[in-house]
Amino acid sequence: MNLDAKIPSGPLSQKWDKHRFEMKLVNPANKRKFDVIVVGSGLAGASAAASLAELGYHVKCFCFQDSPRRAHSIAAQGGINAAKNYQNDGDSIYRLFYDTLKGGDFRSREANVFRLAQVSVNIIDQCVAQGVPFAREYGGLLANRSFGGAQVSRTFYARGQTGQQLLLGAYQALCRQIGLGTVAMHPRTEMLELVIVNGHAKGIVVRNLVSGEVASHAADAVVLATGGYSNVFFLSTNAKGCNVTATYRAYKKGAAFANPCFTQIHPTCIPVSGEHQSKLTLMSESLRNDGRVWVPKKQGDDRPPQKVPEEERDYFLERKYPSYGNLAPRDIASRAAKEVCDQGRGVGPGGLGVYLDFADAIKRLGGGVVKERYENLFEMYEKITGENAYQTPMRIYPALHYTMGGLWVDYNLMSNIAGLFVIGEANFSDHGANRLGASALMQGLADGYFILPYTVGDYFANMKQPRPSAKSGEFKQAEERVKTLARKLLSIKGSRSVTSFHRELGKLMWENCGMARSETTLREALKRIPRLREDFWTNVKVTGETGELNQDLEAAGRVADYMEFAELLCLDALTRQESCGGHFRVEFQTPDGEARRDDEHFAFVSAWEYQGADKPPILHKEPLVYEEADMSQRSYK
Amino acid sequence: MALTGCALFGFVIAHLLGNLQIFLAPENINRYGQFLQATPELLWPARMALIVLAVVHIVASAQLSTENRRARSIPYAECQVVAASYASRTMMMSGLIVAVFVIYHLLHFTIQVPGINFTGQDFRLLHDAKARHDIYQMMVLGFKQPLVSGFYILGMALLCLHLSHGVSSMFQSMGWKNKYYGRFLDPAARGAALLIFLGYCSIPVAVLCGIVRLP
Amino acid sequence: MNLTLKVWRQKDAKSPGRLAEYAATNIIPGMSFLEMLDVVNEELIARGEEPIAFDSDCREGICGTCALVINGIAHGGQRGTTVCQLHMRHFRDGQTVIIEPWRARAFPVLKDLVTDRGAFDRIVQAGGFISVNTGGTPDANSLPISKAISDQAMDAAACIGCGACVAACKNASAMLFVSAKVSHLNLLPQGQPEKDGRVSNMVRQMDAEGFGNCTVTGSCEAVCPKEISLDFIARMNRDYGAALLKNK
Ligand SMILES: Cc1cc2nc3c(=O)[nH]c(=O)nc-3n(C[C@H](O)[C@H](O)[C@H](O)COP(=O)(O)OP(=O)(O)OC[C@H]3O[C@@H](n4cnc5c(N)ncnc54)[C@H](O)[C@@H]3O)c2cc1C
Ligand code: HEM
Ligand code: HEM
Ligand code: SF4
Ligand code: F3S
Ligand code: FES
Repeated sequence: MNLDAKIPSGPLSQKWDKHRFEMKLVNPANKRKFDVIVVGSGLAGASAAASLAELGYHVKCFCFQDSPRRAHSIAAQGGINAAKNYQNDGDSIYRLFYDTLKGGDFRSREANVFRLAQVSVNIIDQCVAQGVPFAREYGGLLANRSFGGAQVSRTFYARGQTGQQLLLGAYQALCRQIGLGTVAMHPRTEMLELVIVNGHAKGIVVRNLVSGEVASHAADAVVLATGGYSNVFFLSTNAKGCNVTATYRAYKKGAAFANPCFTQIHPTCIPVSGEHQSKLTLMSESLRNDGRVWVPKKQGDDRPPQKVPEEERDYFLERKYPSYGNLAPRDIASRAAKEVCDQGRGVGPGGLGVYLDFADAIKRLGGGVVKERYENLFEMYEKITGENAYQTPMRIYPALHYTMGGLWVDYNLMSNIAGLFVIGEANFSDHGANRLGASALMQGLADGYFILPYTVGDYFANMKQPRPSAKSGEFKQAEERVKTLARKLLSIKGSRSVTSFHRELGKLMWENCGMARSETTLREALKRIPRLREDFWTNVKVTGETGELNQDLEAAGRVADYMEFAELLCLDALTRQESCGGHFRVEFQTPDGEARRDDEHFAFVSAWEYQGADKPPILHKEPLVYEEADMSQRSYK
Repeated sequence: MALTGCALFGFVIAHLLGNLQIFLAPENINRYGQFLQATPELLWPARMALIVLAVVHIVASAQLSTENRRARSIPYAECQVVAASYASRTMMMSGLIVAVFVIYHLLHFTIQVPGINFTGQDFRLLHDAKARHDIYQMMVLGFKQPLVSGFYILGMALLCLHLSHGVSSMFQSMGWKNKYYGRFLDPAARGAALLIFLGYCSIPVAVLCGIVRLP
Repeated sequence: MNLTLKVWRQKDAKSPGRLAEYAATNIIPGMSFLEMLDVVNEELIARGEEPIAFDSDCREGICGTCALVINGIAHGGQRGTTVCQLHMRHFRDGQTVIIEPWRARAFPVLKDLVTDRGAFDRIVQAGGFISVNTGGTPDANSLPISKAISDQAMDAAACIGCGACVAACKNASAMLFVSAKVSHLNLLPQGQPEKDGRVSNMVRQMDAEGFGNCTVTGSCEAVCPKEISLDFIARMNRDYGAALLKNK
């Protein structure tokens, strides 16, 4: 497998400019002749589809939601980073680059990250021109806040709805192109197969989720912008429909899957309230600025929190990390919470939760100030739990939130399959082993607006492969595979629902490959997943038929992929014998419980190659070379 | 719709002011009537305009409500009213009843068809000392009939129900509403409607109570 | 707690539908309304019946996918709350709950409680954007925008496009949605060059989709999960009137 990252030569800060100059251009008159398929309409997909169409390409865009505006990017709350240095507080492209690299625990590609920091400034300009209503100061200029442990204020935001507003900007640009007839939009359509002809990605097979019809679409290039796979854990902060299907099926066609074990956990989510729980809700991390995290010292202490006297409380973050206290980084805070719950000291239903207490803050600042700062979060908490956090401490617990891993791509965002581009959360490129807050939105838009439109052109200018007909043999075979799979799922007629399998898989993953992983737990998972998968294929019950709107069938297809993908994830976690970023192996930690990275042996990207249903995948390594940044150790003591 | 509603509203106010002259001496209102009758170049265009306005208003409202009914082909099995006021939901009913009232009213006071005033008199024959048509006397005689007065009051009530929503709706439809007085609009519209109601009703009531009587 | 559900079942867009009765048993007050439906669906699947189709995605009140009329109120009647954020503690044990899809000619039912809201997308395609291409835009801070205007635009932009306003309106009018979209862009300086065309085109598309007319009954504002203000309708009417006058 060829894992040439195609990083341009020259000094880091000039690579992108140089590359842009060297890339071939497509004559404007010829652009009309090229068709591009964009799967996904989140920040990455919508911005790419709109930008490509503006350039003159014919674009077909797909999403499984009923409208492109509902892609999961809409849920992002906090903000988007950009190295504008509007606050004059010492920010620069280089600093954003370095923060991102360091935050990713030096497991991302230097050149990609630098380019990301470079184009970040253009993103804000673009969004403002589109009418994104970012927060402003009284003087009329843009406001910033600091986010995710950064020492500078570089995060732009639009109330608590930054993702929504950015997505609406991209969606509106996309709508303009749809109105002009340059983009054909296919909502409620799910991609189920990637079609490769003569080594080039040339199209996809999709299922119309309303009519159930299976159809082929041919093009000159395929762009996947299908988001992350957190839902392999069943419970996560992701939307119900988020899936690994598109990227996993591309993987099965030969695309390398990179770093699947790099998953991120968010410490401040609302805990699970029972077996019925369908997803978890994130609450802004800013709550930890004023809340104090604690659990009772005694095991199984079921007194209401107000009745637990001060000396019987364990403020475990303050105790273990005296200098950072309640503000310890996401992964550290998450693991500490899991630890106390594992000791039987967790609070709330099922004992999976810790208190986040504002009583001291209210005493210190007054209820008014606390209300002013967190009113909407307190309201959201009350809506979901029915509890008033001004009076009784909140309960929080960590949850799966983001996946850094994804399909392997080179500097041009093209996977190892020619003509298959992967952007946004679906690729692996920029966040290494851990993503900093407010950087995913930045990456999605950087990819879609400012990188992909150039690199796709370069590919077309060099490519001499004609576009096949969507009626050709490869497409027919792929359609057949899709139909067979659906028929197979429907014919099992077992006794367990799709959701029950998904829930069981999620639990298994969370327990064995969640916040803390060890060889034992991973081997356990690798033993149990194939069994569960077998059970799934003999015992699942999928109702309805293929030729209709069938949500049960949709879910079954996604869970079937998770059943295989989970194994890949655990395998990757097992082979990466170090702790870095979101990947914490209990065997590899410093005496005081910090992650111990192993740069000597593991400074590489794991790229997995599919070998067939019954054979283990092959691990390829792309070494990570840092030309300018030096690899330092993360420390939050 | 809003434009015609707005103009009709203007007429209702002007007409009210004209009619309230009844509380002055008969001389005033009769002179006013005479003035109107004597200047056909003013009266007829105004009448034409009124008719056009009324027709447009009614046609538009008919169109509106068919479109609106079509916009929801299958009704809800269960439907709770949220926020919408009674008046706002019954604009068509109140409007139609007002239309019926106006027709009666025109026959009664403008065309003065004798059979429908229940006084046994022919209003066309009433003249005052200056040989003008005696509107004052016509009104007093007319409203002496409790049935007629009752119907007028009912008509007024529905008109005002119509206007209690119509006036604030008009501000919204014309885009005049803004955040400074927006929240006072609904109460203001209701207040205005009530005032108009009281203003108009004062006439039949005053007649019935004998406050206004024949000199 | 236990509830009786009456749920609209409809096989597909062409078939007629009807209300079917189901029992929802052992419901926990901490469940969300959609989780309650998940539980009912699990039981239906166990019995070999087809589960109830309903739309949802984010389940945290931001994507605008979920759309149910509960006992005659779009999104179920908790102020500023989508149905995915509505919790069962607001219901009583033993209560009968009627669940219907959005009802509007412009939102045809696809199956059970799932409707097609593509009309909203087409309205935005008609003009709900600012025509700038990617790249070549001026520095973001070269155009100061007063905080008041920016905040007001944000109020309008908060619309999640769920369509509850249409569902609740006695005329199935889309005015609240369209006015929010128009106002967001027409308020901002960036939106000025296309102001008139935007409002005219979007209103024309809205009418073509078969939505009803606004008679200012105000139900839309009351059910809107993002509490979009009726004032935006007034503002749009004003913009529309101005556009009409200028085009004459
Ligand atoms: C609750 C929450 C809060 C967050 N907050 C922040 C934040 O404050 N700042 C930040 O930077 N990041 C944040 N993130 C992360 C960020 O939102 C995402 O990483 C990012 O939006 C992903 O964008 P995307 O375009 O790659 O994918 P998505 O927005 O997930 O879009 C995926 C698209 O692919 C389509 N799709 C998927 N599979 C298929 C298929 N098989 N067939 C057809 N179409 C398919 C979907 O329909 C959708 O259109 C947050 C994430 C969550 C969950
Ligand atoms: C107590 C209430 C009212 C009284 C006493 C009253 C009195 C009159 C009188 C005396 C006339 C005849 C004038 C003339 O012939 O010179 C008249 C005409 C008219 N009234 Fe009224 N009116 C009342 C309420 C209303 C209302 C509520 C409306 C409308 C909604 C209305 C609409 C008209 C119209 C359209 C005419 C015909 C005007 C014309 O001659 O062109 N009236 N009214
Ligand atoms: C003197 C008589 C009338 C007056 C002064 C009047 C006034 C008004 C006004 C001001 C409006 C609000 C317009 C808007 O905001 O769009 C309105 C609306 C309406 N009118 Fe009338 N109207 C009168 C008669 C009628 C009649 C006779 C009918 C019916 C046949 C009618 C039916 C309606 C309807 C259906 C509306 C609904 C529009 C809305 O609710 O906004 N009206 N009217
Ligand atoms: S205006 Fe409110 S109710 Fe209507 S679509 Fe937008 S958010 Fe939903
Ligand atoms: S409910 Fe309908 S009538 Fe107008 S004010 Fe709202 S659109
Ligand atoms: S499911 Fe997203 S708003 Fe309800």
